[in-house]
Amino acid sequence: MSVDILMPALSPTMEEGTLSKWLKKEGDAIKSGDVIAEIETDKATMEVEAVDEGVLARIVVPEGTEGVKVNAVIAVLAADGEDVSKAAPSKPKEDKAEAKSEEGEVKEAKKAVPQEEDPRPKAPEQPRAAIVKDTSLPEGTTFTDTTVRDALRDAMAEEMRKDERVFVMGEEVAQYQGAYKVTRELLQEFGERRVVDTPITEHGFAGLGVGAAFAGLRPIVEFMTFNFAMQAIDQIINSAAKTLYMSGGQMGCPIVFRGPNGAASRVGAQHSQDYSAWYAQIPGLKVIAPYDAADAKGLLKAAIRDPNPVVFLEHELLYGQSFPVPDVEDYIVPIGKAAVKREGTDVTLVAHSRMVGFALQAAERLAEEGISAEVIDLRTLRPLDTDTVVESVKKTNRLVCCEEGWRFMGVGAEIAATVVAEAFDYLDAPPVRVHQKDVPLPYAANLEALSLPNADDIVAAARKVCEGAF
Amino acid sequence: MATKPKSAKKAPIKATKAEMLAFYREMLLIRRFEEKAGQLYGMGKIAGFCHLYIGQEAVVTGMQACLKEGDQVITGYRDHGHMLACGMDPNGVMAELTGRIGGLSRGKGGSMHMFSKEKNFYGGHGIVGAQVPLGTGLAFANKYRGNDNVSLAYFGDGAANQGQVYEAFNMASLWKLPVVYVIENNMYAMGTSVERHASETELYKRGISFEIEGEEVDGMDVLAVREAGEKAVKHARSGKGPYILEMKTYRYRGHSMSDPAKYRKREEVDDIRSHHDPIDGLKGQILELGHATEDDLKKIDNEIKAIVKEAADFSLESPEPDPSELWTDVLIEEAV
Repeated sequence: MSVDILMPALSPTMEEGTLSKWLKKEGDAIKSGDVIAEIETDKATMEVEAVDEGVLARIVVPEGTEGVKVNAVIAVLAADGEDVSKAAPSKPKEDKAEAKSEEGEVKEAKKAVPQEEDPRPKAPEQPRAAIVKDTSLPEGTTFTDTTVRDALRDAMAEEMRKDERVFVMGEEVAQYQGAYKVTRELLQEFGERRVVDTPITEHGFAGLGVGAAFAGLRPIVEFMTFNFAMQAIDQIINSAAKTLYMSGGQMGCPIVFRGPNGAASRVGAQHSQDYSAWYAQIPGLKVIAPYDAADAKGLLKAAIRDPNPVVFLEHELLYGQSFPVPDVEDYIVPIGKAAVKREGTDVTLVAHSRMVGFALQAAERLAEEGISAEVIDLRTLRPLDTDTVVESVKKTNRLVCCEEGWRFMGVGAEIAATVVAEAFDYLDAPPVRVHQKDVPLPYAANLEALSLPNADDIVAAARKVCEGAF
Repeated sequence: MATKPKSAKKAPIKATKAEMLAFYREMLLIRRFEEKAGQLYGMGKIAGFCHLYIGQEAVVTGMQACLKEGDQVITGYRDHGHMLACGMDPNGVMAELTGRIGGLSRGKGGSMHMFSKEKNFYGGHGIVGAQVPLGTGLAFANKYRGNDNVSLAYFGDGAANQGQVYEAFNMASLWKLPVVYVIENNMYAMGTSVERHASETELYKRGISFEIEGEEVDGMDVLAVREAGEKAVKHARSGKGPYILEMKTYRYRGHSMSDPAKYRKREEVDDIRSHHDPIDGLKGQILELGHATEDDLKKIDNEIKAIVKEAADFSLESPEPDPSELWTDVLIEEAV
């Protein structure tokens, strides 16, 4: 049987080209891999290699022909032993899936005239995430004041005791006991097999951790700060976050990337960035940014058990702060559930991480002025619990979004847009955002203070959205 | 004249008839599969990036013969050959190239992103060099578990310049991780020749400052690859840490389908093809040793053609993924 040689597409975007030269003539024997013709596209001249073997029976498109459409028959190859004179191009096959013939296009156009329905395929609606229930504590639960640092440490230690696959790696996590002492005494309890000091090579050890997670271990990768994780962000996003999808669900990546995020104190621009919005944008990641010690503990334990890659954003300036942590065994806080940290009726203050503390201070001061503020701690940024925020705004009718990072394309923008879309009729004032000034964080004490958001900014923002209401 | 001694330059053949025929079949499957993929690309049935392995078949075929159950393989984007060598279904690979539901990633990965936990193939990675730390992580997991498995991390001469490769080398050597780094030096990083992109062109020396042993191998000779591979794998498996193999090889086609390949002369390609082709080379040895006749090999050719034809047919008949697939596999949904 004869074989049609078709005009090949030589690039992802090519639709037609010029058949500039035939390098074989009719009657020539052709082997797989022989260059038979040259084709010019708008980008380059390319060679056409034969795929099948046989004798070039007929050249259908002569050299020099311009505008030859991709998939047009350009020549016919007679198979071994076939009568060359009888080889002819086969009838064009109907390809229903593509409907590329001109006739087909005309029909399509006619059909499209009434325009009752957009004929283009539509994406199905995104499924709603399951509603997450918060943990309820048994009656009579006692609490112990614990620093955020120790709460995080306890979370790791508990999970490492429970699951042999869990290990922690990072710079100075073992012998030094953690650059911020978050991994204190883990080496003593678990040994150097499971508490691994790495060289200062974030890109490399993040990738190594992801590979170990592909293989079924449960790594906790500590970045000394998330500023350094920028070296590793390719492995976090391209390897950890996307592989499950790209593998059709086969290759999960149960890993936690954790460390301090955001501004510390007087360490300058390169060590003081809030990456909340960066990571929260990525499908395939979960992103957590707790404020108090109980949430830090419960959420880190949940993150370590989660079968997905989790970015866990801590805050250096919270490590030393103490909060009551419930004395219950295996305290877990569900990922994806915001917490109402203070109830109120006049304005909703939404915050995460260290900004929750400022929002609580602001609420205290606003109360003195007769403004009742509700404070929502997002706790998880992805998946984002927008239901809790929207419900609150339906009650208070006013919204202030607080974040330590930059405003532009930030977390507050996402919250405000969601509230406007879902509770527009409930809003009595445009939402206001509190955020870092749009500059790299300065070193000088006065400029640094001017740049970072604080409780005063939140009070001012709340007053603004409440203007004229009281 | 099978008893006649071979030329003095050639080492004696250390492979059985069955092994040689198996290598022939494997390499031919990759060659024919890739030719068909190129053809389907030309027909517009495969889109996007498509990097063919034609010319490099001996590397993956020889290395795969050194592995045992549980050993892992990871590579970059020129990955179709590695998947076939790992025993992944040609139908599933081809249907992934055409973006259909029958593809190994259900049409959601494409040419550069396929995986098989069952066959211990960990991708298929599109970012140059990213697979090197990942493959080192697979080795870390083996050591952590205390098994004696090794991982093979393949990468090209272009990737050999990426910084993360050396971060991985350092940790692998420091922690004695059981990984073999297989550098497939096909002489060109996309369009830039090794002489133009590498200050040290002998890439097997790239591990020296990490105290990683390395050697250069004729990557166009499957038996030489297998011999070097066995030594390297044994080294890693016995707890001595990583090993580097630089496979001198060559790709006949462009970097990807859209590469006009103007950076090298047609004669260079033709010369390698005529004198160093890995399949022709092995075929010559098989015939010379009398392990098979031309007719026997023709029969294998026909069997391979049938497998590849079936893969192509399957890849065109398998439907596109259902629109509902859009939302699946972003996260594993599982109660904590």
